Amino acid sequence: MMNAQLPETGHPLADTVARFVWLLPLLPLLGFVINGALALGAVAKIGPDDPSAGHDHHDAHDHGSGHDDHGHGHGHGHGHGDHHPVRHEYAGIVSLVGPGVLLATFGLAVAMFLAMRGVNMEEPFVLQLFRWMPVGDLKINAAFQLDQLSMVMVLIITGIGSLIHIFSVGYMQDDPGYPRYFAYLNLFVFFMLLLVLGANYPLMFVGWEGVGLCSYLLIGFWFSEEANANAGKKAFIVNRIGDFGFLVAMFMLFANVGTLDYANMAEAAQKLPMGGAVITAICLFFFLGCTGKSAQIPLYVWLPDAMAGPTPVSALIHAATMVTAGVYLIARSSILFSMAPVASLTVALVGGLTALFAATIGLKQWDIKKVLAYSTVSQLGYMFVGVGVGAYTAGVFHLMTHAFFKALLFLGSGSVIFAMHRAYHATHNHDDAQDMRNMGGLKKFMPVTWGLMWIATLAIAGIPPFAGFFSKDEILGTVFARANAGPLSTATLLGVPGHVVLLTVYVIGLASALLTAIYMTRMMMYTFHGPNRTGEAERSHLAEAPWIMTGPLVVLGLLSAFGGWLNLPELLPIGPIGTLEHWLEPVVGVATARMAGSGEHVAVDTEWVLIGVAVAIAVIGMSVAFARLKPAALVQKSASPASEGFAKVLEHKYYVDEFYDDAIVQPVKGISTTVLWKGVDAGIIDGLFVNGSAAFTRALGWMGAQLQTGQVGTYAWVLVIGVLALLGAFTSGR
Amino acid sequence: MQNEFVPLFYGFHFYLFGLIALASAILFVTRKSPVAAALWLVQTMFALAALYIMMDAQFVGVMQILVYAGAIMVVFLFVIMLLNLGHPDEISDIRGTWGRVIAGLFGIALLAEVGAASRNALVPALQLPQAPTDGAINGTAGVIGPIAGPMFKEYLLAFELTSVLLLVAVIGAVVLGKKSSNAR
Amino acid sequence: MLAESLALSAALFAIGVVGVLTRRNAMIVFMCVELMLNAVNLSFVALSRLYGATGQVFVIFVMTVAAAEAAVGLAIVIAIFRHKKTVDLQNINLLRG
Repeated sequence: MMNAQLPETGHPLADTVARFVWLLPLLPLLGFVINGALALGAVAKIGPDDPSAGHDHHDAHDHGSGHDDHGHGHGHGHGHGDHHPVRHEYAGIVSLVGPGVLLATFGLAVAMFLAMRGVNMEEPFVLQLFRWMPVGDLKINAAFQLDQLSMVMVLIITGIGSLIHIFSVGYMQDDPGYPRYFAYLNLFVFFMLLLVLGANYPLMFVGWEGVGLCSYLLIGFWFSEEANANAGKKAFIVNRIGDFGFLVAMFMLFANVGTLDYANMAEAAQKLPMGGAVITAICLFFFLGCTGKSAQIPLYVWLPDAMAGPTPVSALIHAATMVTAGVYLIARSSILFSMAPVASLTVALVGGLTALFAATIGLKQWDIKKVLAYSTVSQLGYMFVGVGVGAYTAGVFHLMTHAFFKALLFLGSGSVIFAMHRAYHATHNHDDAQDMRNMGGLKKFMPVTWGLMWIATLAIAGIPPFAGFFSKDEILGTVFARANAGPLSTATLLGVPGHVVLLTVYVIGLASALLTAIYMTRMMMYTFHGPNRTGEAERSHLAEAPWIMTGPLVVLGLLSAFGGWLNLPELLPIGPIGTLEHWLEPVVGVATARMAGSGEHVAVDTEWVLIGVAVAIAVIGMSVAFARLKPAALVQKSASPASEGFAKVLEHKYYVDEFYDDAIVQPVKGISTTVLWKGVDAGIIDGLFVNGSAAFTRALGWMGAQLQTGQVGTYAWVLVIGVLALLGAFTSGR
Repeated sequence: MQNEFVPLFYGFHFYLFGLIALASAILFVTRKSPVAAALWLVQTMFALAALYIMMDAQFVGVMQILVYAGAIMVVFLFVIMLLNLGHPDEISDIRGTWGRVIAGLFGIALLAEVGAASRNALVPALQLPQAPTDGAINGTAGVIGPIAGPMFKEYLLAFELTSVLLLVAVIGAVVLGKKSSNAR
Repeated sequence: MLAESLALSAALFAIGVVGVLTRRNAMIVFMCVELMLNAVNLSFVALSRLYGATGQVFVIFVMTVAAAEAAVGLAIVIAIFRHKKTVDLQNINLLRG
């Protein structure tokens, strides 16, 4: 089916394993087909209501929706009072296929990576598959582009993806929708690889939409509960707004530049004036797409709700890969963004504001996954700050380290939820298995998870030498440097000078880092430290997750701890310096240089100060959290009083959802109901056109029927009148 | 023709038969009794036959008397008698006053329009004083030969079709007149 | 004489029309139609003096059609009468759609 043409000869990768690049997406697609067939086969066998027949995992509920009791009362074999896991009949083969294809893909990706390291390539390796949309001047080929950037993304996606697939084997083992889950997950990886491997924007858009679809499917994986289905719909609809931006950007790009391929974008974009309105508009529309997919202000609202999906999904899609597609998009379009300083400033500012905004909300969330969700939004903001100020490598670097530690955090929380839920399940308690007020003191029961999650927490807080420190510090350092020199500092955003904006972003970044340290420490303390707040009965059931789940955690823990070595700053020569930067240089080097301008580097002393400030802030944040928070004072969720004052505002996420509901959703609904439905549809279309034409025809028929009296005399009269009229017409016409 | 000299005797009879035809026609439509009406119509036809003969259409005149007055109208009368319609209905079969007035107006309008049409050369040949054909002049036009010629040459197809029409009419009349055995 | 003939023809035709419009007896309406046919015949004959005997051929055709019409029409009237016991057109509305 893949009619792979021979790649252009001459490219150093042409004869290597890279010519099988089309196998990368194909393998997960194959997994999707197999698992999907198994899911369908199972449904056909068991009956259509199977997927809702009570799943065992319990991290699917909306905040404040109360205690859900799904999984009970569905004839699930609880009568004996024991935990009876219900394995899917095809669980075995699915467990082999689902993670298997991912591991194979990862292996292939590693082989390609090695091949890539072995050659010296400046030009990207483009494999033309077939002509896709030849329309006039628009010639879009289905082509894969393998270069340093997409290689990094492929490694992250397949690597983290493999770990999460393996984790899912344990996490989802008792779910009736087991094959369906893996089918969706494989499909997601397929689209994600399409997104990063596509050699042009339209192909990326296919992946972009595809991952959106899979996100929707997986958020609403337990669709029998309305809140989950609604969360999926919300994600889908909010993302459509962003996709609109992506589409408009593509249209404008083609109209003004004439190509949508990455390969000749740099050359073609020279047609546009530097910093002109067109290039700025294109970049801003692209960024609108990013705000949707990567959950930035103002479209971030879907991501916290997306936690309704299974926790590994949150780890893979809503933390490590899909939500970073926006960052990838900007890094991929770095040539364009470097030509539009205003758009870049906007990206940086919005990213910074999102980082701060989400971090404050994260301070007061009780749901362990919601904390992580807002943390993700916040960290995505950091990435956008990075790519916004032209630190494309730093943005991608943070993307990578974030993928490590956030996947670890999510999977760790999944492990915790798994344990909590199993305990509740065993005792038939219907309490909230995700609320931190119901946890506490889990360190004793889950030491491995505890230790690994601390590593991730230190990484995200920015404590050296963990991964997050290096990437975050590089971003903040670049922001500071760009504020001093370069085209960004001289540009103006809505009348505000660029260096003021960037300094603001820098301060916001520091504040966010402080808040990040605080809320992450808070999460860890409430979850693992202090007294245990589960009931007596549950306590005996709390236990570490099986090794198939903790194994991936260990790997991610190592990556979170040592991921920083992938791109060490010059100041800390504890290993090879700037590996990632050198690696990505052929892709983003030109744009980075353009953004850096001719400005000299920040002085070494200043850099040390900046690093010191960043570390100090992280340490201060954690210390404050340790000193002020008292896990012992917490009570179970059901006994907790409602928050007061600003805490309440934070707990309700600044009422943004409510605001959107009042300002957008309800008016749209109102207009739809009164004008579009009752006015246009029922009134004009149904009333006037459909029923109206029927009534008109009927009236006409009635009038005609009145003529048809059956009285010959009447006919004679009419006939004579007609003759008179005709004759009169002839006569007077002369 | 307008300028043609009309002999007094000829003219007198022409007008006489014309008036008879007109008067009988008026009487025909105003009679309540169908029998009386039919008889007045026969009278009209006789007058018309006389006019035909005066206009050198002897054959047509004879046919008028034989076929129309003799055959068709007799059939009418026969049917009227058969259906016992000879006496006027208790309620008049003539429509009300307004109907009559409007119908009369319609008739006048029709006349006026036809007159206007002829004057406006809707029939353009009328205004051209043309020389009459040989047959018309020498008085042989009305005899059978000149009629039979076109009928069996140019209009042969129409003639044959007429025979088919008559056949269909005969069959139709038989079917309709037959007492239907499957009447509801 | 042509103009007078045509005038008479028109007059007879108009009388026929008025008859059709005013009468309700099917037989009389029928006869009015015959009168109208006669009026047309008259103009044919009158014009045949001008254009030759072809007009008279048409008169023959008209007579034939009239005969056929009378045969069928009267058969219809008889059939209706059998059915309705009347030839009053106002009471006959079998054509009603």
